[in-house]
Amino acid sequence: MALPLILIIVLLVGYPALFSIHMATLNKSMERFVGFENFTFLFSRETFWMVVRQSVVFAVTAVVFKALIGFCVAHFVHNIPAKGQRKWRGMLLVPWVIPPAMSTLAWLWLFDPSYSAFNWILEGVGIAPVNWLGDPNWARFAVILVNVWFGAPFFMIMYLAALKSVPEQLYEAAAIDGANWWQKLWYVTLPMMRNIIAITVLFSLIVTFANFDIVRVLTAGGPVDQTHVFATWAFKLGIESSDLPLGAAVSLFMFPILAIAAIFILRDINQRGNEA
Amino acid sequence: MAVARTSMKGDRRKAMIWSYVFLGMFVVFFLTPPVYMLITSLKSNAEISAAVSPWWIFAPTLENYVELLSSPTYLTFFRNSALVSILVVTITMLVSIPAAFALSRMKFWGSATLATGVFLTYLIPETLLFIPLFKIFVFVHDLTGIELINRWWVLVILYPTLTVPFCTWIMIGYFGSIPKELDEAALIDGAGYLQILTKIFIPVALPGIIAATIFAFTVSWAQFLYPLAFTTSADQLVLPVGIITTLIRGDVFTWGQIMTGALLGAAPPLIIYAFLMDYYIAGLTAGATKG
Repeated sequence: MALPLILIIVLLVGYPALFSIHMATLNKSMERFVGFENFTFLFSRETFWMVVRQSVVFAVTAVVFKALIGFCVAHFVHNIPAKGQRKWRGMLLVPWVIPPAMSTLAWLWLFDPSYSAFNWILEGVGIAPVNWLGDPNWARFAVILVNVWFGAPFFMIMYLAALKSVPEQLYEAAAIDGANWWQKLWYVTLPMMRNIIAITVLFSLIVTFANFDIVRVLTAGGPVDQTHVFATWAFKLGIESSDLPLGAAVSLFMFPILAIAAIFILRDINQRGNEA
Repeated sequence: MAVARTSMKGDRRKAMIWSYVFLGMFVVFFLTPPVYMLITSLKSNAEISAAVSPWWIFAPTLENYVELLSSPTYLTFFRNSALVSILVVTITMLVSIPAAFALSRMKFWGSATLATGVFLTYLIPETLLFIPLFKIFVFVHDLTGIELINRWWVLVILYPTLTVPFCTWIMIGYFGSIPKELDEAALIDGAGYLQILTKIFIPVALPGIIAATIFAFTVSWAQFLYPLAFTTSADQLVLPVGIITTLIRGDVFTWGQIMTGALLGAAPPLIIYAFLMDYYIAGLTAGATKG
């Protein structure tokens, strides 16, 4: 009964994953084995190191802010009376529901060089317009902002579920012992949520590190390749410039972080499996 | 004591008011892009390029909607998206429900490894796979003559790699929570595995199946990288790629139409979410907590 599942995993995931390693050792027309030439070529290019840096900065900054905002918003929702929570939660999850390629178009239009609705507000309060996607630093800020906007609601939902599972007695006991809100947060909430925080951060790190949609639609890697992450650069080299092996080599650099995150997640799951 | 209690109540009240204030701010942040999509979609091109407030509609019009919904190209994107998503959901369910049943109940050789494998597959992003898959499809064409590139139905082959692992994984969780006594009782009554699956597991785990279905649908509807890499001609495109490649012509951005197209493209998942929010959220949280 599990045969179709095995076929999908082996033929459409396992085989391509291994094949991409083989591909990365071939020349552009894929007729000749070149060993590590693709990699040494990448290492010699400045753009590659820029992409490495941008991928790391993009993923780490975005995940940190998603986690922080998600954590705060989950607390705000948790603080209000139970009967209103559903409505707020419903509105707050909307960014996660809209397909990212579609919502990023809205952001692209909000950042438009000549009609930017944000600049219109800025001008209204007397601030010079910002070249959101044309200036490299603002463009880097913009892709991170959109990613945080898209991902924070997911963290909010996960943390809210975790908050609800913390037994009320623990807070009562802490209150009797004279704990202030900070101590309650540090000694009760955070330890109880440790697992869920770890696993959502790891998940999100994987997804954000491998992000494609947002960067592709918002900046397509520009200006001058400054906002490329591994996935968008691999697409540009592999599909648009039809150098598939080089694209495969670039995308393989996503693998180490994936493997590390996967090991941690699996360890956590096994531990919980043993406890149960 | 009485003073302490009222001050605690006061603290609660203060925390609540501040929570509302901050929630309001975050709702504005989270809802600005979709609301702005709606605003722009209701404007004429003349108004969009006029030097008036972009945040207000002075002369609301439905012309963008009329134009898009009567455009055969846009309707083709919509049809392709709907076809792909429905087929992918069907395949996903047909594959992952029996597989999850087998993995949660029949202990066979390698079943534990397979369960871990399913989870690992879920962690492998499509951005790692699209290049080798592209080349493999070219090989398949050279070997068998079947053209796989630039055909909308090839997405039906590709998307299950994104949906099946996660759906199987959460279904294993839901099936695992069904008490063993239920299927033992059914076995004693002479039921076979198929009957146990259809008469007990599927009805009991229906909320999980609905959550998995919603997940599979939203993932297929939103997927952007595979169609961008694998399909190119206008009649083969799905919505996300179609809007981006055909409505943006060179440097000419018809923003009214783009926003209308994007909003209509976002509508199916939003509608599902509005009506089945609890299942949607159950599916979201199950992935990380059911493990």
